[in-house]
Amino acid sequence: MTDTPRTPPRKSATFDDYTLAEIRRAAATGIYDIRGAGAKRKVPHFDDLLFLGASISRYPLEGYRERCGTEVTLGARFAKKPIHLKIPITIAGMSFGSLSGNAKEALGRGASAMGTSTTTGDGGMTPEERGHSTALVYQYLPSRYGMNPDDLRKADAIEVVIGQGAKPGGGGMLLGQKISPRVARMRTLPEGIDQRSACRHPDWTGPDDLEIKIEELREITDWEKPIYVKVGAARPYYDTALAAKSGADVVVLDGMQGGTAATQEVFIENVGLPILSAIRPAVQALQDLGLHRKVQLIVSGGVRNGADVAKALALGADAVSIGTAALVALGDNDPALEAEYQALGSTAGAYDDWHEGRDPAGITTQDPLLTGRLDPIAAGRRLANYLAVLTLETQTIARACGKSHVHNLEPEDLVALTIEAAAMARVPLAGTSWIPGVTGQI
Amino acid sequence: MSATIHDSDVAAPHAIDLETETVRGLNAVLHGIGRETNQGYWRVLNPRGRHAIAVGLAAPIQIDIDGHVGYYCAGMNQQAHVVIHGNAGVGVAENMMSGFVHVKGDASQAAGATAHGGTLVIDGNAGARCGISMKGVDIIVKGSIGHMSAFMAQAGALTVLGDAGEALGDSIYEAHLYVRGAVASLGADCVVKVMRDEHKAELFEKLKRAGVDGQVDVSDFKRYGSARTLYHFHIDNASSY
Repeated sequence: MTDTPRTPPRKSATFDDYTLAEIRRAAATGIYDIRGAGAKRKVPHFDDLLFLGASISRYPLEGYRERCGTEVTLGARFAKKPIHLKIPITIAGMSFGSLSGNAKEALGRGASAMGTSTTTGDGGMTPEERGHSTALVYQYLPSRYGMNPDDLRKADAIEVVIGQGAKPGGGGMLLGQKISPRVARMRTLPEGIDQRSACRHPDWTGPDDLEIKIEELREITDWEKPIYVKVGAARPYYDTALAAKSGADVVVLDGMQGGTAATQEVFIENVGLPILSAIRPAVQALQDLGLHRKVQLIVSGGVRNGADVAKALALGADAVSIGTAALVALGDNDPALEAEYQALGSTAGAYDDWHEGRDPAGITTQDPLLTGRLDPIAAGRRLANYLAVLTLETQTIARACGKSHVHNLEPEDLVALTIEAAAMARVPLAGTSWIPGVTGQI
Repeated sequence: MSATIHDSDVAAPHAIDLETETVRGLNAVLHGIGRETNQGYWRVLNPRGRHAIAVGLAAPIQIDIDGHVGYYCAGMNQQAHVVIHGNAGVGVAENMMSGFVHVKGDASQAAGATAHGGTLVIDGNAGARCGISMKGVDIIVKGSIGHMSAFMAQAGALTVLGDAGEALGDSIYEAHLYVRGAVASLGADCVVKVMRDEHKAELFEKLKRAGVDGQVDVSDFKRYGSARTLYHFHIDNASSY
């Protein structure tokens, strides 16, 4: 008598271990999971694109010898004082409150060293970031925490935030642990309470109102400041067209991989578009209006290296913005802190409980003992180094494609490795002339 | 600039007519006035509902606007005393920091939105979301206010001599609300509060600032404010949101 052969236990692809754990966590707590960072699910991304490089019909430029420009001007459409950046990589909006004062200072130091801009966030402008940022973009958010005309005049540009990629259509919540006396004072709220950031602006709705709001901001600042409009990637063609129609100098488009300080996991992972799918529709909108390169497009959400930068530019963006990658450059999720991440129930590379204010790297916290760990000078140096590498990598690819300026990269330089990426980026599937949804056949 | 209402009975040495001058030209002139100015009194003619009139002012000047204004009149005001002899569009005195704005007629929605300081007086009615996200401003409405007024109001005081629409003070933080008339309904976490002597004194001061002290009795008002039950997210409060 032999044993009946048995199949090994099989776990469900639908109810995998993570899903089961989340069901149990929800059942135990009765509250959804809140975390920081952006979408972690795998989505079509820049990795699914390749550059073709030069060949018989395309001449490359000599590396380290022949010039490949990286400078970008933002806001020349209407602003008397447009921003001139040396590199097409900016630092995304992140608030003092969600980040420590030292982290904001480090971002300013790193960005300024490389001739680029940094951006405030919900909660107003701090002297640290203004003082250490040669170009500072001041966000104009629904909450208007800390918003005042004096800081508006000190800014180099104004960014009207409609949404962000991690949560298009969502507001924010800064939990009480991070509402220190200083944060509370800046936001005119009691210390230690959970603090909501509204999802809609309080005094305008829709594109017609937005046009009037932009006019007001221009009037207040005597038409000096470039005005950006930031949207989460949701309906990129129409959002970009409406922002441009409303008078924006610059449109900022943030994909679902873009980070957040604190948002529901279900929101981060299930709302919005991967940035790869959003760039071409946005560029198309500007082209249809005759405004491509006149209204600049900044894209963000999952930009990690110079290849990502080059691909974003080749698809038609004027610049990119980095947030999560900049925090990692400062020291976020460093394996050197593994023991402390484990003590928090996480591990280096996965730590995303930024809302809890216990970040051992001293970046996403207001705890003085933790914030003191981050040396803003050293961290700023690391960010500058990282930005330099991104720039060199972008130039390397651009030169290989024969471009004397990174803005000369174009969709024709790209192919896609997957049908999905080909359809989203509107470039041919590698080895074919097929662009799904554009050309009829392989 | 004193915090009392000045009627426009003083001869205006400086008048700008928006039939012949642009709003840009008007604001540029007003922004050029230093904080230590002797050009203290300006008159704006023919506003005809134009937007962004007298925004971003930062000097202790008085401006009388002869007619109706569009969106965001006196937005982000600092120090200036602006009198609108007509109705005001959306967001009058939005994000005001200091100074005094007086609407002689009615105001549209979001009057005094997010304002940090100063005083906004509306002789007529105000539309929806009056005082939304207010952060320290004093708003006095002699008529009634629309729905969702004082939504997420953080600080300051909203005083209403008439009625209030639905969902007054929804998700309110620490702002003080005084309403003389009927309140259609209270928003989440907004409750009726005891009117102690200190509140009556505060209210009297606000009525005085609006020039109606002696005309209305502070005892006719009810005080509303935050129950503070939503200050920390808790699942048992989820039905309140």
